[in-house]
Amino acid sequence: MAIIRFAQHTGTEQDVPLTEGSSLMDLARAHNVPGIDGDCGGSCACGTCHVIVDAAWAAKLGPRNEEEERMLSMTPECHPNSRLACQILATAALDGLRVQIPEHQF
Amino acid sequence: MKTVATEWANQALNRALNKVQATVPMDLQIRGMHLFQKARQHVIKRPPPPPLVEQPLPPVESLPLERIDVSSPFLYRQGVWKSYYKRLRDEAPVHWQGHTPFGGIWSITRYDDILTVDKDHERFSAEPFIIMGEPPDGLGLAMFIAMDPPCHDQQRKAVQSVVAPRNLQEMESLIRLRVQEVLDELPTDSPFDWVPRVSIELTARMLATLLDFPYEQRQKLVYWSDLVSGSTSATGGTSTADEIFEGLPQMARQFTQLWHDKAARLAAGEKPGFDLITLMQSSEDTRDLIHRPMEFLGNLTLLIVGGNDTTRNSMSGGVYALNQFPDEFLKLKANPGLIPNMVSEIIRWQTPLAYMRRVAKQDTVLGGQFIRKGDKLVMWYASGNRDERKFDQPDAFIIDRPNARQHMAFGFGVHRCMGNRLAELQLKILWEELLARFEAIEVVSEPEIVQSNFVRGYSKMMVKLTRKSV
Repeated sequence: MAIIRFAQHTGTEQDVPLTEGSSLMDLARAHNVPGIDGDCGGSCACGTCHVIVDAAWAAKLGPRNEEEERMLSMTPECHPNSRLACQILATAALDGLRVQIPEHQF
Repeated sequence: MKTVATEWANQALNRALNKVQATVPMDLQIRGMHLFQKARQHVIKRPPPPPLVEQPLPPVESLPLERIDVSSPFLYRQGVWKSYYKRLRDEAPVHWQGHTPFGGIWSITRYDDILTVDKDHERFSAEPFIIMGEPPDGLGLAMFIAMDPPCHDQQRKAVQSVVAPRNLQEMESLIRLRVQEVLDELPTDSPFDWVPRVSIELTARMLATLLDFPYEQRQKLVYWSDLVSGSTSATGGTSTADEIFEGLPQMARQFTQLWHDKAARLAAGEKPGFDLITLMQSSEDTRDLIHRPMEFLGNLTLLIVGGNDTTRNSMSGGVYALNQFPDEFLKLKANPGLIPNMVSEIIRWQTPLAYMRRVAKQDTVLGGQFIRKGDKLVMWYASGNRDERKFDQPDAFIIDRPNARQHMAFGFGVHRCMGNRLAELQLKILWEELLARFEAIEVVSEPEIVQSNFVRGYSKMMVKLTRKSV
């Protein structure tokens, strides 16, 4: 089964089944991954689904879009590989992707 | 009508003023501005705005759509706001009213439309003000909440770490300690006014901490904040231009002094703190802010107003909501784990700031309505948070509401409230400590509501507490 792996700052990891076409934010919320609030429902307008993508995967995902860039720059503790989970669409190619949820989202 | 001569005189005066701003102490400048505005009013013969007199508002069903005006500062106090907003949401979700005391406004009342406008800073500008009317002439404080990118981004980034999560972790035990102190002093033998004893006191303590402001003088922060957000011309509140011009020089003087004290202590080798002034002094973009007085004052005012009316009225609103919906209080007592979700529901239900304003930067179409460049749009968060298209039973207070977090009281997009995590933390701690102490928290009479079209707040709320039996 294809999965996305969400890692907490405490070290706990949670594998969530990958549904193609859903955003990572939707997947996380559907499986109650702590720290992914998604307050704006995926409109790229609140910054509460911040994740840090593992370096090995960052290039494969491509760059942030402009809107996402602006929202992330408003988030404290932004990392070079920071993304908004609502802006990453799950595809089969992302099977095994690991993202870290920043400590500040708790 | 302005003549060419007065226009020219205004421009010349403004040029002179800009020069003065960089050299004359801020408090003297404000005093000077007050005299200047009075003189100008005398010369141009522009009458001061008429005082707003409270009249009973008509039931919305009795009005044709084009007569509906939601700008009244008495809409919330008189309890008719729900029916007014609902009518607009259902029949005219993008609604024009050309004749309000604050000028012509488009009212945006549905959740989805508000989200669209809030996100789109290319089409809708937050400049020059985010309140419905205008502040008194000459007191256009420059705040980043009312700036568009890129200026907005620079200034916000310079100060946002004051409420960054790492800073909050440091503050959590301090916040809890202060909540405990305040709650332990509350009487349980007779009713008391919750607003000054709890809501104002706790927010004042928090603000003094964030600014590293002299703790024993913390009530001044509340006073200044109320003065600014209560501007008659801006929000229909009760502070007149004269009162504001009286109060602000004092604020300017004290903040200037605070800035210089900080700088001196830092220069003497003191360890830099996490307070706002220190953060401003250590950022490239804001370290010379003291030389741009209207920006300096504006941003400090923004942070005190942002942390004052909002949290204060959510602290009162939560108590009121649980009294209106007593079954929810039982639910809460049975399961205190619901506190974090209840905090979001309190903020949705109260929506302490009713709206933010935008101005169209180009001719555009929204919800089928043609909006002209320069038109003012008011995003009614207080209506979006009661939109039945988004929230099931929107007027009910449901502490385990599944989508409570999706409320729009913090706004969306680049201007989203930067203190949201701090606000949630303060409210969470307050409710944890209340539940640990009290069996019952009863509102014993109808609360009194402030006069404003912007702040949805309580000026008085009598509460009777019953201590938990041990």
